[in-house]
Amino acid sequence: MAGHSHFSPSNVEEHFEFTAEGRKRVIYAFIAGVVALIVGIFLLSRGEHDAAHAVAEHGAEHGEHLSGGAAAHHGGYDWTNRIWANLWLNGVFFTGIAVIGMFFVSIQYLAKAGWSSVVKRIPEAFPIFLYVTFPILLLTFLFKGDVIFHWMHHGITDPSSEHYDKIIAGKSGYLNQPFFLIRMVAFFVLWIVLWRWLRKKSLEEDLNGGTENFYSMVKIATGFIVLMGISSSMSAWDWVMSIDTHWFSTMFGWYMFSSWHVTGLATITLTVLLLKDKGYMQYVNFNHLHDLGKFMFAFSIFWTYVWFAQFLLIYYANFPEETIYFLERWEGHNKIYKATEILNVFFNFFFPFLIMMTRDAKRTPIFLKICCAFIIVGHYLDFYQMIMPGTVGPHGGYGLVEFGMVTVFASAFIYLVSNELTKASLVAKNHPFLEEALHHDI
Amino acid sequence: MDSTERYLVGVYDDDEEVLHAVTEVKSNGVKIEEVYTPFPIHGLDVAIGHPRTRIPIAAFLFGCLGLVCIFSLINYTMVFDWPMIIGGKDFFALPDWIPVSFEGTVLFTAFGMVGTFLVSNSLWPGKQPRTFDLRSTDDKFIMAINMSNNKKSEAEIESILRASGAVEVNVKQF
Repeated sequence: MAGHSHFSPSNVEEHFEFTAEGRKRVIYAFIAGVVALIVGIFLLSRGEHDAAHAVAEHGAEHGEHLSGGAAAHHGGYDWTNRIWANLWLNGVFFTGIAVIGMFFVSIQYLAKAGWSSVVKRIPEAFPIFLYVTFPILLLTFLFKGDVIFHWMHHGITDPSSEHYDKIIAGKSGYLNQPFFLIRMVAFFVLWIVLWRWLRKKSLEEDLNGGTENFYSMVKIATGFIVLMGISSSMSAWDWVMSIDTHWFSTMFGWYMFSSWHVTGLATITLTVLLLKDKGYMQYVNFNHLHDLGKFMFAFSIFWTYVWFAQFLLIYYANFPEETIYFLERWEGHNKIYKATEILNVFFNFFFPFLIMMTRDAKRTPIFLKICCAFIIVGHYLDFYQMIMPGTVGPHGGYGLVEFGMVTVFASAFIYLVSNELTKASLVAKNHPFLEEALHHDI
Repeated sequence: MDSTERYLVGVYDDDEEVLHAVTEVKSNGVKIEEVYTPFPIHGLDVAIGHPRTRIPIAAFLFGCLGLVCIFSLINYTMVFDWPMIIGGKDFFALPDWIPVSFEGTVLFTAFGMVGTFLVSNSLWPGKQPRTFDLRSTDDKFIMAINMSNNKKSEAEIESILRASGAVEVNVKQF
């Protein structure tokens, strides 16, 4: 029991080896993704012309202006738009997973939690992927922003233009290109700087021990939580909500944050389980898995709560300018988004809720893995239905472009995070609460 | 409760000691009824070998009951008994009902769990508490052994308790 076992820092160190075999597999997956993407783009370029015509006419017939997404724009639709929309979708989705890694570590430090010190190196490696998503989002915005954002269309805020839109012009104090860019760059730079700072302290702790680094990390974590409170909401408005420019929801910041958060938690849990299968993470016992499972269970319910609260308010108030958002996803665009809407609730609420309810399920790796898979796929679908109806509208769907793009992003994420994991011991050996974590028992 | 329940009560001085004593006493074939301590001791419940609580099952069932009850109530009042159009919605406006159904589920679960806990621990109003030794609320650790569950003689069990570190062994009858 407590106080009876002794360990020296040298025997808790664990080094992850990213083997040549492993690297090869991830690279093959990446290549497969690229091939699927290229084939998908080729098929898209061939197949879209006729279909686009038919649907455009159909849309015009029913006067589907909907919630003001770029797809509903008066101008023409280009088949390449779906590529940029996919790039944006995956950019936002994986930015979320990366930044939640830092957020998770920050919460643990702020709460001075002991149990998580055996797993904290895994989320700590996630933000490395911000180096990839930052340029992707930035360049997509700079060069193809008008494809994604209705408010960036030329002349939309100019009263003399035929494209003038009074509602969007009214929002131009916030939704304009320079201010948007400032916010995006500021968030990414601050996230990366704080993460690098925390990471540096964390690695110094491995070398020097003591509690000095721990207290500096608590301070960095506190700063990051404050930043995250602001930036998660604002990036939700900017990157996702402003796609449907006419529409707004005061719940949206929370909604997108909760989606990011639970996906991040599922990714952390899945990484821990996969590393454990490989023989690493030997200090992680069922009690730690139970805690991670509780996190996933609780935040799946939290996501549902926020998602439903947003829906219920809009449903109940029944304002046309608000209900159009759900109507578009439920019945608009020839109902192509309806299945996603239904799967969204099943994957992100019913399955995690029913699978993870019992104590035993949270302590059984296979149940946890199934649940992680549901949550990660489910929240990809969640982001899909947030972004696609407004950007590509009736031209959306699940094709090789979607499949290829998400494979490319996921394999790049796995490669970079695995590579980052090799740079430090998997166990933070001088963490002041490590001994507590080793005896964690719930 | 029959009035001739006879207990042997071992008194220990230290939390670590009582934790080891539990294992030792059990390995000598003595069945322990319960251990009373001034503060929670980590791993004690596992050492005694109490089965895991089944209260989550009760919670789930009470939750289901609550959901059904509240849902039926809303359905009866809003659809059958006195249908009203609210906000232009159908009488059967499912999304509106979810918050109330949720609250009902939580209410039934909470009361049901507390009730189950009190009943299964025979803690009803007016119940006289069984105190094996008042010092278990102060600085002593008390191990209670029900004689009717053990075949060994009192003298035997007393020597086992003393060997495991008990500073006193008393007899208590209820």
